[in-house]
Amino acid sequence: MSPFTLTLIKLAFLAVLWLFVIAAVGVIRADLFGSKAATRAAQRAAQPEPSRARQPRQSRQSRQSRQSSEPRNAQQGAPTKLVVVQGERAGTVIDLTGVPITIGRANDATLVVTDDYASSRHARLYAQDGQWIVEDLGSTNGTYLGRTKVSRPMPVPPGVPVRIGKTVIELRK
Amino acid sequence: MQSIGDQIRARLPYQRRNAASFALLIFAMVLTLSAFAEVGLARDGMIPGGLVVYGGGLAVLAFIAYFVQLRFTPYADPLLLPLAVALNGLGLAMIYRLDLDTSADRKIALAAGKEILKDAADAPNQLMWTFVGIGLFVAAVLIMRDTDKTDAPLSFTPKTAQRYTYLIGLSALMLLMLPIVPGIGAEINGARVWIRVGGFSVQPGEFAKLLLVVFFAGYLVNKRQAMSLIGKKVGPLSLPRARDLGPIMVIWFFCLGVLFMQKDLGTALLFFGLFVSMLYIATQRVSWVFIGIGLLAMGVFVATLLPFMGHVNQRIDIWQNPKPYFDGGCLLESGKVVPVNPNTEIYKKFDAQDAISPGASACAELGGTYADSAQLMKGLYALGQGGVLGTGLGQGEPWRTPLSFSDFIFDSMGEELGLTGLMALLLIYALIVQRGMKTAVAARDPFLKLFAGGVSFVLALQVFVIVGGVTKLIPLTGLTTPFLSQGGSSLMANWILIAILVRMSHDARKPAPQAIQDEGMTQIVSTR
Repeated sequence: MSPFTLTLIKLAFLAVLWLFVIAAVGVIRADLFGSKAATRAAQRAAQPEPSRARQPRQSRQSRQSRQSSEPRNAQQGAPTKLVVVQGERAGTVIDLTGVPITIGRANDATLVVTDDYASSRHARLYAQDGQWIVEDLGSTNGTYLGRTKVSRPMPVPPGVPVRIGKTVIELRK
Repeated sequence: MQSIGDQIRARLPYQRRNAASFALLIFAMVLTLSAFAEVGLARDGMIPGGLVVYGGGLAVLAFIAYFVQLRFTPYADPLLLPLAVALNGLGLAMIYRLDLDTSADRKIALAAGKEILKDAADAPNQLMWTFVGIGLFVAAVLIMRDTDKTDAPLSFTPKTAQRYTYLIGLSALMLLMLPIVPGIGAEINGARVWIRVGGFSVQPGEFAKLLLVVFFAGYLVNKRQAMSLIGKKVGPLSLPRARDLGPIMVIWFFCLGVLFMQKDLGTALLFFGLFVSMLYIATQRVSWVFIGIGLLAMGVFVATLLPFMGHVNQRIDIWQNPKPYFDGGCLLESGKVVPVNPNTEIYKKFDAQDAISPGASACAELGGTYADSAQLMKGLYALGQGGVLGTGLGQGEPWRTPLSFSDFIFDSMGEELGLTGLMALLLIYALIVQRGMKTAVAARDPFLKLFAGGVSFVLALQVFVIVGGVTKLIPLTGLTTPFLSQGGSSLMANWILIAILVRMSHDARKPAPQAIQDEGMTQIVSTR
């Protein structure tokens, strides 16, 4: 085996070693920022069935006319994140992926609030037909959407504060 | 401690990353196989037969481990297993390369009249221990359950260990003391850290390391608040009450005492660092780091004064200036170093008398303490020989360094892979540690947080102490390089460590149980 070939093999091995490290870092990168495939899958999940079936080549006009009666779909600004605007956890952001979000003091809640005025399973947010619905889970002190008490599942428009104990959350685009 | 983890959990809806894990595992196998291939091509000009046995054996084991992880801990961190397999595979390739009985190198070197050190690199043995290590990984992943499944009969979760905190602390101490017990203890290479069990020599310190992490975590999780809030303020530092600090200090002093008796300074340093870091993680007070560094400096100072710790002084001297000690040097009372290497008259005199160690006998006559820095310096020469790109696997002469397959395997890697390869190896270690720390942050239970943080830190510190030692950054103390060094105890302990991290990361990353039925206040929750 000529020295030149051996040098090439040596360099190739170092390249493979570094590619391995870079690939491993790439996996973490996706862990931090989310991979493209995962984001797409999440968007699909959050998107309601009818809007997915809707033809993309529909005219803009008919789309807008339908929008008044129908919930807004993902492209036109369904909320993508839940933001805690007040309370101990203020500043926390949760990405909305279509998975229901539970809020309460219980350890297994998606958003755990440490607040004496919140119940352990206080409220639940879930996606239905492209909009997010808030449902009170029989809490002691109630859940408020804007200024109205949530007595039955109610749709949450983006930007409207939802109050749970001392914590206020909002859906944002 | 709770809220940061929850925030990160809330931010990241964790997904299964099994495809990424599998792809990386295949990449790790490609890396290992190409290392074997390069060794064979460079040495004999063809793909070696060992490729099938070693590479194939490791591949089968790694894929079994992967499928167990996929089945039982699907949300586990995707990086831990492939990174550990890559390190283990590279170490195996290096040991295969150093196992000179399988190679033509030995004959060539002997024909050229070169001196060969009697090495004991043993690739088949290392492959056997890899089998055992990965087997333990699989067993540990299978046996341990998720922390929320405590109701199952005979359930054993990482949290179960919390119940037996003191028992585990004591057993760590017992394990450390085993090598001193006459009959089963054995002294190898000047350190009495081995026991002989049925033909195998086991290093119980490697397992004591994990048990001690459990003990510190279990103890500190109960006392951390008392320790960080109650206490006397001395200047800028706040010292905890004696009753809070007492038990942990007692165990820790016992450990260090045992290790000093065994002259195992590397492990002593490792335990000390572990102790300080876990106090820091538990109490979240930076003052512990300063107290720790202060205590370490004081300990080293006291050790240099004590007469029976003479070799500590000398170790520091060798570290600062190894050259006079090459092949044997004698430190006299006056602080002068007299060489007693084989070229000197006094050495030849004792050699003629058939002394077991002519250098040491010569030095005893001169009235000084004997030490040999040849190993360290040969390791440094090997690194220098490697340079930036290395000589290429199978093309260097790493076997010239004594213990090139265990303590000094990092220098062997440096000679053949160069600085470029060493940086990649260090990054792989850094990634494992980072994933461990990430697991600690994501864990919900404070005990598991401390446990995961402790085992990650101990891995990082071990790499620092041995790599720093062989590269002359810090005084050399013998420790194994995790996953690379030849040795069963180290491999087994480190694979168990990875299994614990895999189980805990699955526990921390799996989604919260979902209600399977919407019944208002009465909810049936599925635990799977």
